[in-house]
Amino acid sequence: MIDAIRDMFSLGYMTRAVIVGSLISLCAALLGVSLVLKRFSMIGDGLSHVGFGALAVAAALNAAPLAVAIPVTVAAAFLLLRLGNSKRIKGDAAIALISTGALAAGVVISYLSGNSNSELSNFLFGRSALSIKPSDMPASVALAAAVIVSFILLYNRVFAVTFDETFAKASGVRTGLINALISILTAVTVVLGMRLMGALLISALLIIPALSAMRVFGTFKSVTVTASVMSVCSFFVGSVASYALNLPYGAAIVLTELAVFGCFCAAAGIKRMVRKKK
Amino acid sequence: MLIKCEDLSFEYEGRQVLSGLTFHVDEGDFLCVVGENGSGKSTLVKALLGLKKPQRGSIEFGDGLKPTQIGYLPQRTEAQSDFPASVREVVLSGCRSRAPFHTRAEKTRCADNMKLMGIDSLASRSFRELSGGQQQRVLLARALCGTERLLLLDEPTAGLDPIVTRELYSVIDALHEKGITVIMVTHDVVEALEKATHMLHLHDNHNFFGPTGDYLECDDCRRFSGGEHRHD
Repeated sequence: MIDAIRDMFSLGYMTRAVIVGSLISLCAALLGVSLVLKRFSMIGDGLSHVGFGALAVAAALNAAPLAVAIPVTVAAAFLLLRLGNSKRIKGDAAIALISTGALAAGVVISYLSGNSNSELSNFLFGRSALSIKPSDMPASVALAAAVIVSFILLYNRVFAVTFDETFAKASGVRTGLINALISILTAVTVVLGMRLMGALLISALLIIPALSAMRVFGTFKSVTVTASVMSVCSFFVGSVASYALNLPYGAAIVLTELAVFGCFCAAAGIKRMVRKKK
Repeated sequence: MLIKCEDLSFEYEGRQVLSGLTFHVDEGDFLCVVGENGSGKSTLVKALLGLKKPQRGSIEFGDGLKPTQIGYLPQRTEAQSDFPASVREVVLSGCRSRAPFHTRAEKTRCADNMKLMGIDSLASRSFRELSGGQQQRVLLARALCGTERLLLLDEPTAGLDPIVTRELYSVIDALHEKGITVIMVTHDVVEALEKATHMLHLHDNHNFFGPTGDYLECDDCRRFSGGEHRHD
């Protein structure tokens, strides 16, 4: 095991993937707590499909992937948030419409621009850690740092908006601004994480840590901290597993997170039983 | 005068909800707002909080009160019943500083309000594990963190059993006696008549506003409050 880890870090691309991936896992876990509690879990999924479409366009035009995908996905985030706020059912359907539409467009563009099937499936499922190029490093690290810093600075307001939006608004919190910020940060995180995890799997990174932590912990701070730690740790374990067992990268990480989720569920069950006995 | 509303009218999805509503609230009043479902009680609450603009009319705040200084107790929602947050976190969220972290003064204030509501022993407990009555006390403590003068309570006892309801009312009474002005939206007309110094009855074409004594003289209102039983 130790040998596998040492081996892994001797490869430049694996080191890059682990650094960027850990930061993205942290961002995703932080934002995921708020998204899950606000019943917006599906937005991450919708955004990743839009991001996939945008990346396919960028590849076809030979443009810088992040420069195309980030603005497009941020715009989609605003749209989805607005739809989600209006009427529940309509919002749900709108997300499905936008995400499948973007996915289909992405597949067609990618096919027409002559991408091979393996490239396409790498986009969709994040099959290897090779997709983080050295030139992406500075932007990825800077964006991830921006997400983490703004989350910490706005922690109290994020809590207020997540717990009770009407009350927060009435007491003078600019809830529209906070919501917009959460969706921008989510869009950025999704685009950054997508190339590593795959468009179809990135939303797992947003929701599983929050769901796991909520099973066991009952305060917002402990849920946020636990989700972050759990997310980064399972990312690391998943990376090692993917490398050592030669498994597809994104899927290995999602399965690791699911295993941890199972452990948290079991822990919650034991906690309940202990309390009942008392 | 803390709040003065003149000739307020609202539309909701093309339908007139409130029209020509005029009333005022003075320091130390206990105003109960009653009316049937759909009579515009929630619209009025939103307007007082500055979340909804009237189509016509004006809301003025006096004596240096700002709309963001209203201590608001919203109706309970389902989404909160499984929310992972400690009692302390919820109460602190009523403090409205712009700083990224809560100040010492805010923490003291939060602790004082929890003590006042008798929930200081629950501070580290999770909000979702509490009973309905306890949750309302927590939310009341949160409201108190944002105000020293005016509480706006939206159906505070909805869904609570009779004993817990009585306990919560006595807490609210105690706050009123401390000098806090209270506006309470309620279904419970009998209780309202016992507590209120003033009544506001929302009704399609004619709203009633006045001291509680006058309310009992008004025929329409007597019918709404269930007939003669208050005339013993």
